[in-house]
Amino acid sequence: MHWTLNEIQNCVAFNSQLFTKMFYICSEFQMKKKAKIILDQDGLNRTVTRLCHQLVEHHGDFKNSCIIGIQHKGVWLTDRILKRMASLYPHLKIVQGKLDITFFRDDYRTGGKIPQASETDIEFLIENKKVILVDDVLYTGRTIQAALQALQNFGRPASVELLVLIDRRFNRHLPIQANYSGLKVDALDKAYVLVEWKEEGGHDRVLFYDAENPKS
Amino acid sequence: MKEAKLSTRHLIGIKDLLEEDIHLILETANHFKEVLSRPIKKVPSLRDFTIGNLFFENSTRTKLSFELAEKRLSADIINFSASGSSVSKGETLLDTVQNILAMKVDLIVLRHPSVGAAQFLKERTQAQIVNAGDGTHEHPTQALLDAFTIQEKCKKLKGIKVAIIGDILHSRVALSNILLLNKMGAKVRVCGPPTLLPKHVSTLGVDVSYKLKETLEWCDVANVLRIQTERQELQYFPSGREYNLYFGIDKSTLDQLEHEIVLMHPGPINRGVELSTSAADSKHSVILEQVENGVAVRMAVLYLLAAQKSA
Repeated sequence: MHWTLNEIQNCVAFNSQLFTKMFYICSEFQMKKKAKIILDQDGLNRTVTRLCHQLVEHHGDFKNSCIIGIQHKGVWLTDRILKRMASLYPHLKIVQGKLDITFFRDDYRTGGKIPQASETDIEFLIENKKVILVDDVLYTGRTIQAALQALQNFGRPASVELLVLIDRRFNRHLPIQANYSGLKVDALDKAYVLVEWKEEGGHDRVLFYDAENPKS
Repeated sequence: MKEAKLSTRHLIGIKDLLEEDIHLILETANHFKEVLSRPIKKVPSLRDFTIGNLFFENSTRTKLSFELAEKRLSADIINFSASGSSVSKGETLLDTVQNILAMKVDLIVLRHPSVGAAQFLKERTQAQIVNAGDGTHEHPTQALLDAFTIQEKCKKLKGIKVAIIGDILHSRVALSNILLLNKMGAKVRVCGPPTLLPKHVSTLGVDVSYKLKETLEWCDVANVLRIQTERQELQYFPSGREYNLYFGIDKSTLDQLEHEIVLMHPGPINRGVELSTSAADSKHSVILEQVENGVAVRMAVLYLLAAQKSA
């Protein structure tokens, strides 16, 4: 393949533009530790809609399926999904539950403060049901491991699937993968992805921080 | 995510707990109660934790309740009863405990007939101590489960009128309950024959009454205590029958009240002395709910204390 001089010049210019932009973003993170919005309200709505369609594709009438949100942010995502589902597929009846994993965490007793437990509300047996676990961010996989263990208290499910809004692919500590993911984010370990919901008094959006959790 | 921790490494008495600690324990107990309603009632939190239950005094409810709470939390446990042990050969409390701790035990649950036994161990050993009743002093987990039950029935603790009726003088349950309810803003009145009320009990910030009927009309919750004959070296009242006549509660006493009250008893009941069978088994009674809540409350206490092990 032969490139004309013009094509090569264009390509270099584009790359240098991209490079400058990337450099700008990186330096902005380093200098000001500012957050970048990687999913805004419209983007988030679109993503939730897509996840709804994907779920229906796999679970059909949801007769033998149930959806369980992990406290707290997974529960909020579940609520959004079900709300969107109600407008997209009004005939569907979907069983919903909330799962708190506090007592199943593996970082309990490492000293200092411990997370306070919140409500678990699963008013049905998951025996032989197809369970869709929902959380906001899949990072190390430890939360999901705890959730899988906690789920066993409610029976033996036919299968368990995982739905996450953000999948941080390169930071896993355990062999756990999502079946449905909204957005895949490739970032270093020190970066932080924060999902904000209107329910907690902010905006609907997903923020990316190059440094540690800004709230900690 | 909300985070919290207890202000203490041990649970010797309610007097060492802050109001926030009590809130945290009751809230955590609420979540454990939900865990206990699941088909599988176990969580793995304490899987690397060993607890020794040391009972130097007889117990049914407390011992079983602690044991079940520990098992539900996946802890390893060893049980010790004074009867049948080397205590009869003259081994001291401290020696006994230090030998048990040498087997790598993290936390000791201690019931002992002597006042201050739990404090004594706390000052002399490395282990975390939970007081499961020390003589006539304190029985903190009983007070916590009583408060949990009251909160469940009355939806709050603040402003609730609680009458503690019976043998206040010999009761560790009474002292722990008074301290806890005062901290949580409930109103407390003690009621019993003058010989069974401590002389200066009003300095604890409680009302004192010698009239049962009047007290029952006043209160929202009546916590009836057992006459502890095993701790009474004197004759404090003429006979069980006479006590029953003046301070015993039966179904008709409860039915005659202008409003419905919640009837509690820490057990074991002397049926026919402080409570008649008809009252103990009536719809007012939450005695078995207290026992049920006891497991959840003790799970919360152990869970929150164990979190501080390496802190």
